[in-house]
Amino acid sequence: MNDMTPIKTAPKDWETDQEVRWCPGCGDYAILKAVQRTMPELGVKPENTVFVSGIGCSSRFPYYMETYGFHTIHGRAPAVATGVKLANPDLDVWIITGDGDALSIGGNHTMHLLRRNLDCQVLLFNNEIYGLTKGQYSPTSRVGTRSPSTPFGSVDRPANPCAFALGAGARFIGRGIDVHKNLPTVLKAAHAHKGASFVEIFQNCIVYNDDVFAPFTEKKGAAENQLWVEHGKPLLYAGGAKGLAFDQETFGLKVVEVVGGEWQAAGVIVHDETKRALAHLLVEMPFGAYPVALGVIFNAPAPTFESAVVEQNLTASKGKKADLQALISEGQTWQVEKEPHII
Amino acid sequence: MATAVHELTPQEASAEPVPEAIVVRFAGDSGDGMQLTGGQFTLATALAGNDLATFPDFPAEIRAPQGTLFGVSAFQINFGSTAVETAGDAPDVLIAMNPAALKTNAPALKPGGLIIADEGEFGPRNLAKAGYEVSPLTDGSLAKWQTLAFNISQLTLDAVKPFGLGNKEALRCKNMWTLGLALWMFDRPRDAIVDWLKAKFAKAPELAEANIAALNAGHAYGETAELGTSIRQHSLSPAPAEPGLYRTVTGAESISMGLVAGAQLAGVDMFFGGYPITPASAILHHLSRLKQFGVTTFQAEDEIAAVASAIGASYAGKLGVTSSSGPGIALKGEAIGLAIMTELPLVIVNSQRGGPSTGLPTKTEQSDLYQAVYGRNGDAPLPVVSARSPADAFECAIEAIRLATQFMTPVMLLTDGYIANAAEPWKVPDVSTFEPFPVQFLEEKPESGFLPYARDAKGARPWVKPGTPGLLHRIGGIEKQQGTGNIDYAPANHQAMTDARKAKVDGIANHIPDQEVTLGETSGKLVVVGWGSTFGPIHQAVRRARAKGRDVSHVHIRHIWPLPKNLAVLLKGFEHILVPEMNTGQLKTVLRDELLVDAKPLNKVSGQPFRIAEIEAAIDAALAGRGGGAVPADDTQLPEPQSGLDPGRNAGHAGHVSPQSA
Ligand code: SF4
Repeated sequence: MNDMTPIKTAPKDWETDQEVRWCPGCGDYAILKAVQRTMPELGVKPENTVFVSGIGCSSRFPYYMETYGFHTIHGRAPAVATGVKLANPDLDVWIITGDGDALSIGGNHTMHLLRRNLDCQVLLFNNEIYGLTKGQYSPTSRVGTRSPSTPFGSVDRPANPCAFALGAGARFIGRGIDVHKNLPTVLKAAHAHKGASFVEIFQNCIVYNDDVFAPFTEKKGAAENQLWVEHGKPLLYAGGAKGLAFDQETFGLKVVEVVGGEWQAAGVIVHDETKRALAHLLVEMPFGAYPVALGVIFNAPAPTFESAVVEQNLTASKGKKADLQALISEGQTWQVEKEPHII
Repeated sequence: MATAVHELTPQEASAEPVPEAIVVRFAGDSGDGMQLTGGQFTLATALAGNDLATFPDFPAEIRAPQGTLFGVSAFQINFGSTAVETAGDAPDVLIAMNPAALKTNAPALKPGGLIIADEGEFGPRNLAKAGYEVSPLTDGSLAKWQTLAFNISQLTLDAVKPFGLGNKEALRCKNMWTLGLALWMFDRPRDAIVDWLKAKFAKAPELAEANIAALNAGHAYGETAELGTSIRQHSLSPAPAEPGLYRTVTGAESISMGLVAGAQLAGVDMFFGGYPITPASAILHHLSRLKQFGVTTFQAEDEIAAVASAIGASYAGKLGVTSSSGPGIALKGEAIGLAIMTELPLVIVNSQRGGPSTGLPTKTEQSDLYQAVYGRNGDAPLPVVSARSPADAFECAIEAIRLATQFMTPVMLLTDGYIANAAEPWKVPDVSTFEPFPVQFLEEKPESGFLPYARDAKGARPWVKPGTPGLLHRIGGIEKQQGTGNIDYAPANHQAMTDARKAKVDGIANHIPDQEVTLGETSGKLVVVGWGSTFGPIHQAVRRARAKGRDVSHVHIRHIWPLPKNLAVLLKGFEHILVPEMNTGQLKTVLRDELLVDAKPLNKVSGQPFRIAEIEAAIDAALAGRGGGAVPADDTQLPEPQSGLDPGRNAGHAGHVSPQSA
């Protein structure tokens, strides 16, 4: 990532010879294409790029990227990635994970990766289901989700990935949709952000949870239901006919009508991606009464974990020689002469 | 078969070896600074040229209530003029700083041994807390020992009076007073301790002066006071030792330095991922201070992240190391399997402790051998190396790194709480004499093409650092195709890859030293086979038995997996095989299974090390045709407040462990 000379590559340079094995029609295909289209625009070298994944449908991803890749174990990709990045901070590290992998079995690692702010991109493919194990409800499934393990509907409340990430201290929150043309823009911003960049991608599992996001991802009605936020621009949607304003009473956001483009008069807020409180309000808007906030929701860089580690290693080593013989001869020592010597 | 034979010295051969070592036990409240006192006495003893071994024995509670039985902290040292390899059997001298310390430790004292007690602490409150109705100092219950009781608390207060400390701070100097007395008794010099106190309290010179005054007062008390004949100055001549530079070292220190040395010999930087756990944390602490050696340490969010980050670092081209204790190793199991599958170097240090579950976190056991050898899902072999003592741990750490990097495999290094905490003299090696084993990263595409799972003659695959152009590849936990490493579920492929992983680890037997006989003949009536920290008591027991003319040899195994090639032939040269272990018979099972030999167990799982006498008795029994069994638990070191701790109970709980005599 440190190599500043942009490298010329084409999307096909990022494809492996391996047969892609997701179900036909799975949203993962679109995400793979979006990533392979984005990589050339980043100007990075394939050999300096490492994709690390956990377990789940999404976690097959590294096998299809012509980079270095490590398909690890369930939930542990953030921990493996931390070792990779600390061992070689020059590598450009991407973590591919899913809702079960990152928020259930690996929730602890996700939290600590984000609070430490390791420089990497976390792409969480949220399909609100366990696909690989044949369709059990997941920690992001909505209440009432019927699945083999919840034949009468799930009763526990779901986790909100972006709210979790913000709570864990993430400095970058992005959201995208598998098939949406804006996904590469979000990915590019995530890559440009130095630190842990958390991106939730709504991904359709055609087999076990088809169309669960359709109410806002369908082309028809998209304008009414999607709000693509942009730093410095008013929070408008529905072709500019609606916007979000601050509601003193609920200490939250409210939807306001915008007449004749007079968004200021309607009190519509200008998006400021550096404001954590605004990010919280945006990611927690309940769908239905509100649109779904998408794009770069929060972006407020802070020093990264690996740079702090490297710096401390340097400072602590300053002026010290790596003299092993001296190290093992340290402390209270005594010399045994040929003749036993009596004190 | 290359086997070394240890010749008996005339002294060893004499029927009654002269008493050559003294065991002193310091016991007090966990707040009394007993570990510190013991540590400084150790230093003074080492400086006097005696060989020694120590055994810190502290409570699991961080700050147990004062004066209680379960708050007793003890430190035992065995020092002498010949090689000392155990912290000793029954103590000759017990220094008891309060009634609870006396109650929990006196039963283990040798008959006729000496008790020094701080009378000042034997008031009604402390007596009641220890469950005494009348003071044992006056009721005649200590008759089988010599007892010296004087008011150490008051004597200390008098000694430090000029420094104007508060009562509490002044009493803290008690341990230095006691140390002064102990130094006088055994004719140890005080200079090093005075220097240490000055350095320790550099910011509070009045505390340094007060402690030095207490130390001198204790020493002077021994020299001048009316102590009677019972306490006399013991002077042991120094142990004969090879000439050279010596220091004391704990296992945690020597493992840390050995890991640094191993990484240097391999020519790679080390990444250490750890998570706090007793008794393994000390390794994380030591390595965190050695950044100038290219060591990166990472305190992870849990045990799994600790090992996973180490695997990530190995993948990225550093040497990943992690350490823990049994419960943490259990959590790491799945990730260790990933390292086996992806064939990456990794060193896992297991400082064993009593189990199962949280078990006895501050006590020692050797009960993770099965976990090390067998404890993963699937057919997941890895080499296992075990350290026998703090000094030996240095070489074992280097050996673990050699195997990990040469064979591209995770390696388990077994140590235990006893080795980690105990100190012993160590002849500082000349590191330039160690053979380097530099790793070769694959950096260019071989002419025949690049295969991530190509194997060299040893069965190891190439180590490629991400960042290397032209060698891009993906690895993971799913079964891979031979050579390419691509996902492959084909039946024949899984068979071939499982076989290849096993053959690689089995083949390590060709690259480790043949098993030597540690002491005695290469064949005969009885061989006592041990591993890990039981080395000391086994060795001494065999030595004593041989001095009595018994036909017995000692074989100590460092390489638990794979076992040395010649071991089967060697052990089959003996009529009887006895395997003492601080578990219920784990190495015994491995030996029986791997070598088809009739190994018999001798087991002890009381959280306390073997006593020499226990093994000696088992040797006699085995030679008389009665093999193995369990050593009765000795309650004296394991205060259990809820059971009342009646000293009369120490007769043993043989029923706790079913005797396994085969
Ligand atoms: S199960 Fe669902 S998520 Fe998994 S590959 Fe099939 S469609 Fe995609």
